[in-house]
Amino acid sequence: MSHPDAVASPGPSVAHEVHHEALGFWRRYVFSTDHKVIGIQYAITGLLFLLFGFTLMMLMRWQLAYPGSALPWLGKILGDTRMPGGTMLPEFYNELGAMHGTIMVFLGVVPLAVGGFGNFVVPLQIGAQDMAFPRLNMASYWFFFLGGVTMLASFLVPGGAAQSGWTSYAPLSVIAGTGQTMWLIGMIFLITSSLLGAINFITTIIQLRAKGLTFMRFPFFVWTQFVTAFLLLMAFPPLEAAAVMQLMDRLAGTSFFLPSGLVVSGQVLNHAGGGNPLLWQHLFWFLAHPEVYVLILPAMGIVAEIIANNTRKPLWGYRSMVYSLVFLGFMSFIVWAHHMFMTGMGTAMAAFFQTTTMIISIPSVVILTALIISLWGGSIRFNTPMLFALSFLPMFGIGGLTGLPLGLNVADIPLHDTYYVIAHFHYVVAPGTIFALFAGIYYWYPKATGRKMNETLGIIHWIGSLICMNVVFMPMFLVGLAGVSRRLYDGGAGYAFAQPVLHLNAVSSWGAWIMALFQIPFIFNFFWSIRKGEKTGQNPWQATTLEWAAPSPPPHGNFATAPEAYRGPYEYSVPGAAKDFSPQFEA
Amino acid sequence: MDIPYTVEIRRDTGLTNGKIGIWLFLASEVMLFGALFASYILIRTGAASWPRGDTILNVPLATINTIVLITSSVTMVMAWASLKRGRFGTFRMYMGGTILLGAVFLVIKFFEYSHKFETGLFPSTNNFLAIYFTLTGLHGIHVMGGMAVNAYFWGPGAKQWKTNPEWFTNRVEHSGLFWHFVDLVWIFLFPTLYLL
Amino acid sequence: MTTTTGDHAVDIDKHVRIYVSVFVALMALTIITVVISRFHLPVPIAVTVALLVALIKGSLVACYFMHLISEKKLIYAVLALTAAFFVVLLALPVLTVHDGFWLR
Repeated sequence: MSHPDAVASPGPSVAHEVHHEALGFWRRYVFSTDHKVIGIQYAITGLLFLLFGFTLMMLMRWQLAYPGSALPWLGKILGDTRMPGGTMLPEFYNELGAMHGTIMVFLGVVPLAVGGFGNFVVPLQIGAQDMAFPRLNMASYWFFFLGGVTMLASFLVPGGAAQSGWTSYAPLSVIAGTGQTMWLIGMIFLITSSLLGAINFITTIIQLRAKGLTFMRFPFFVWTQFVTAFLLLMAFPPLEAAAVMQLMDRLAGTSFFLPSGLVVSGQVLNHAGGGNPLLWQHLFWFLAHPEVYVLILPAMGIVAEIIANNTRKPLWGYRSMVYSLVFLGFMSFIVWAHHMFMTGMGTAMAAFFQTTTMIISIPSVVILTALIISLWGGSIRFNTPMLFALSFLPMFGIGGLTGLPLGLNVADIPLHDTYYVIAHFHYVVAPGTIFALFAGIYYWYPKATGRKMNETLGIIHWIGSLICMNVVFMPMFLVGLAGVSRRLYDGGAGYAFAQPVLHLNAVSSWGAWIMALFQIPFIFNFFWSIRKGEKTGQNPWQATTLEWAAPSPPPHGNFATAPEAYRGPYEYSVPGAAKDFSPQFEA
Repeated sequence: MDIPYTVEIRRDTGLTNGKIGIWLFLASEVMLFGALFASYILIRTGAASWPRGDTILNVPLATINTIVLITSSVTMVMAWASLKRGRFGTFRMYMGGTILLGAVFLVIKFFEYSHKFETGLFPSTNNFLAIYFTLTGLHGIHVMGGMAVNAYFWGPGAKQWKTNPEWFTNRVEHSGLFWHFVDLVWIFLFPTLYLL
Repeated sequence: MTTTTGDHAVDIDKHVRIYVSVFVALMALTIITVVISRFHLPVPIAVTVALLVALIKGSLVACYFMHLISEKKLIYAVLALTAAFFVVLLALPVLTVHDGFWLR
C-alpha cells in the first residue's frame, strides 16, 4: 500500500548538493564525514571481521571435534610453526581462541552494532542532518580501522598473535610474545575510536534531536544507543590505563601485574615484583562487564523497533523499558567482580557482587518481558527482520537465565571457566545480538539502498542459522556441567571425566560448519539485492519513526526540511486513524 | 551543511555541542587517571613497605612545576577572557604564555627524569618508580597534547578569529577546559607521589 | 542565540578579579601542603590532610577557571555520574583484594 510522501520534497538545497557533488571519489566514499557513509564503512568492515572471527572458530572446531587429527592442506599453508604436518599446535589453538574473542567483540559486533547501526540510524531517527561532530566521526572510523589492521598484523609477527585469551590475564600475558604487545596497541586504537564515538553519540542525541522529539518520544533504539555511549565513555578508559600498564610491564620492565618471586619455565623472573595480577583483572572487568551490555543493548533496540513495526501495535511498557535501560546501564558498573569469584575473594565482597548481579538481572527481564507482551494481540507480520527479532527473544532468554547460576558465587564454583560459561555468553551474543544485527540489516537495508533484500533467501538464512546456533551451543551446557574447562586445545579429551561428553564437541563443530553454509545465502543476498532487489519507496515497512521520512537512500543532509515529531514513536493502530500507523513525522 | 548549536546554544540545554563534547571527554579522562590512582592505591596498600615521596623524588622541582602549571591555568583563562573582550593581541600574549609555561613544565620534568635515569632509577626498579613514571608520563603526554592544540589556536587556527570570532572563542574556551583539567590532575598527582 | 563579545565586558572584569584571587589562594595552598609534608605526619593523617588540600585546590580550579560554578544542569549530571563511577573504581578493587586472602 502506498501513501504520499509525508514530507513534501521541494528538492534538497541546491547549494549543498552542488557542494557535496563536487567532492571527489575519495572525499565522498572513503574519507567522508557523512554519518551514513561512515555507518556503512563500519558495517562492512565489522561484517568482514565477523566473518574472519567465525573462520578462526571453524578452524578451532576441527581440533575440538577431532583432537590431534591432521589437515595436511592447511598445514602446508600455515606452516610448521602453527600446524606441523597439518596438526594444530596448542599455541596456535590459543592464538585462534584469543583472537576469535577479541575480533568478534571489538572488531565485529561493537563496530557493527554501534558504529554501523548507531551511526547510520540515530541521526535519521532523531531528525538530524548528521552527527554533532562529523569530522570526529570520520576520525573514529579510521582509529577503528587502524586498530583492526594492528590486530590482523599481529598474526604475522614472530610467535604469532596474542594467545592469552581475549582477557589477557597477567602474568601469562606479560611474558607472552610480541603479538600481545600488538594486541595492547590495537586495543588503545580501538578504545580511542570508541571514546570519540561515544562523545559524538551523546552530544548528537541531546542536541540535534528534532523539534517535538522529547526524550520519552525517542525510539527505543535511540535510548539504547544513548546508554551504550555512556557505558563506552566511562568504562573503556580504565582498560586503556591497564593496557598502558601492561605495556610498561612488557616493555619497560615494570611489575604492575607481576607478583614477587614469579617462576617462569623453572627460573625466577628477574623483576622487581610486588605487583598484583588481580589488578589487571579488576581493571579489565571494569570495562568488560559494561562491554557485554554494549553488546546487547543496541540489539535490544533493534528488536524493539522491528517488533513494534511488525505487530502494528505500540510497544508495551515503553516507559518501564526506558527506566530499566537506564538502571541497567548504571548497575553494569558495579557487578564486574562476578567474573572473579574464584580469585580468593572474601565473603563480604562476594556477597556484594552477587547481590548487585542478581539485581541487574531484573531490568533485563523487564525489557524482555515487555517485548514479549508487545506481541500479544498484534497483527504480526512474519517477514525476515521479524523472524530474526522474534527468535532473539527465546535465545536471549536462554542466555540470560543461564547466567544466573554464574552470578551466584557458590553456584559459580563448578561452572566457572567451563564450557557452561561459553554456552551462556554465546547464547546472548550469537543467536542473541548477532540475530538482532541480522534483523537490523534486513530491516534498514531498504533505507540505505532503496531496495529490499530477497525474502526467500532471508528465510533460508534464518531457519538454518537458528537451528545451527542451537546445535552448536546447547550441547556446550552439558559439556560444561560435566566439568570440561574452556580453552583446552583438545576439548577435554585428555580427561577421564570428560569422556562421556566428548562426542558433543563434534556435534557443535558440525553445527558450526553447517551454519557457515547457511551464511552464503545471506552474503549473496546482501550484494545481489543492491542491484536486483525489489525497489522500495521511502517507507516500505509502513513504520512510524523519523528515519522513514527521509528518501531511500537519504541524500547528504538527510531531510529536505527539518522534520518535526508530533507524537510518540510507536503510534500503530490508533483507534479512529485512517491508516494502521500514525508516523511521528506527520502532523 | 550547517550543524546547529555549533556556535549558538540550544535553548533547553543552554549549551553548545562543543561544550558538551569537551566535558564528556574530560569525564572519560577522569576515569583514565582514576584507574591509575586506583592502581596506585592497590599496589601501595599491598606493599610490605612504601617509600615516602620526598625520599626519592625532587620536591622543590615539583613544587616549582606545580606553580608553573597553576600559573599557566591563569594565563589560559585570561587568554579566553581576552577574546571575550575582543582583544586579540592580548589573547596571543596570554596563549603564548600558556604554551611557554607548558614547555617549562616539560623541561623541568625532563631534568627530573634524566636525573633519575642517571642515578640508576628506572620504572623497572620498583613499583613506586613504576607508578611514578607511568602517572607523570601519561600526564606529560597530556601536557604535550594540550600544548599542541593551544599552539594551533595561537598560530594557524587563529585566522578563524576574523571569520567566526564566536566559534573561535568557544574553541579556545574548550581547549582551556582541557588545559585546566591537566592542571587539576597535577594538583592531585603532586601530593600523592611527592609528599606522601 | 549569539552573544556579542562587547556585551559581557563588565562580566569579564568581575571574572578576571576572581581569577586573580583564586590564583593567590592556589599559591598559598601549594605552599601550605608542601610545608605540612615536612612534618612527616603519620601516613593516614598525612594522606587525609594532603587530599583535603588537593580537593580544595582542585575545586577552585574546577569552579572558577573551568566555570563549573555557573555551568548548566546537564554538565553537573554528567559529572555527578562520573564522580560516582570514579569512587567505585577507586574503592572496590582495593576492598575486594583486601577482603580476600590471595596475593596480599
